[in-house]
Amino acid sequence: MAKTIKIRAKAKNGVTTVKALITHPMETGLRKNKKTGEMIPANFIQEVVCKHNGKEVINCEWGGAVSKNPYLAFKFKGGNKDDTIELAWKDNQGNGDSLSAKIR
Amino acid sequence: MSLNQKRRVFLKGSLAAGTLGAAVGLLTPGAVLAAWNKNAFTSKNIDEAIAGVVGNPVTTPSKDITIKAPDIAENGAVVPVSVSTNMDGVESITLLVEKNASPLAAVFHLPKGSLPDVSTRVKMGKTSDVIAVVKANGKLFSARKGVKVTIGGCGG
Repeated sequence: MAKTIKIRAKAKNGVTTVKALITHPMETGLRKNKKTGEMIPANFIQEVVCKHNGKEVINCEWGGAVSKNPYLAFKFKGGNKDDTIELAWKDNQGNGDSLSAKIR
Repeated sequence: MSLNQKRRVFLKGSLAAGTLGAAVGLLTPGAVLAAWNKNAFTSKNIDEAIAGVVGNPVTTPSKDITIKAPDIAENGAVVPVSVSTNMDGVESITLLVEKNASPLAAVFHLPKGSLPDVSTRVKMGKTSDVIAVVKANGKLFSARKGVKVTIGGCGG
């Protein structure tokens, strides 16, 4: 799958701030295609998990109300420079992607 | 090295690469997906949605929860919302948009060590309150903030 995740993690004063952007259409399933009048099938991310050195630091459940190309930012205690951060998402159609990065 | 031997080496190499790829794929939260709260996310009723996530629709309004969202959102399709609190022992933060067709927008489960400070962007169909429900030490707290939407984000 094409790269869908951009992630930046920065450790400062014992707290790591993670910011992530995911490329995804986030269709609610409630919109109509204006030309054909057909409903656009729902296609949105349901689950986002982020791990720091293999330990889960956030687990999100999302609905169709999260914006297109979702943005997520959160903080956790601990985390050092060059630690590994892994983020994975999965949508309602069973597609998903994951990416690992280093804390800066 | 004969041609056949080279082929063996090549196969071995690609096999190793394949295993590595599978290991990375393991991270996809397939097992957790089964827990995705379909009833709460499709619920049209705000109390039902809250109860579906945290088990109880009754929340205590709290001034310790800060919702950062624009007073007026020009584009309802992209409304940046941040929720933070100075409470201890926060287990989850739930974000709802009161007047959306399905009010529940997102749930953030925070394991110990994660700070109760999350940001994301949500869609809003029309002018409405954004509600944050914080579960801390088993208790439920909530806060709300009105956001005026000039262009809806849920229409066609």
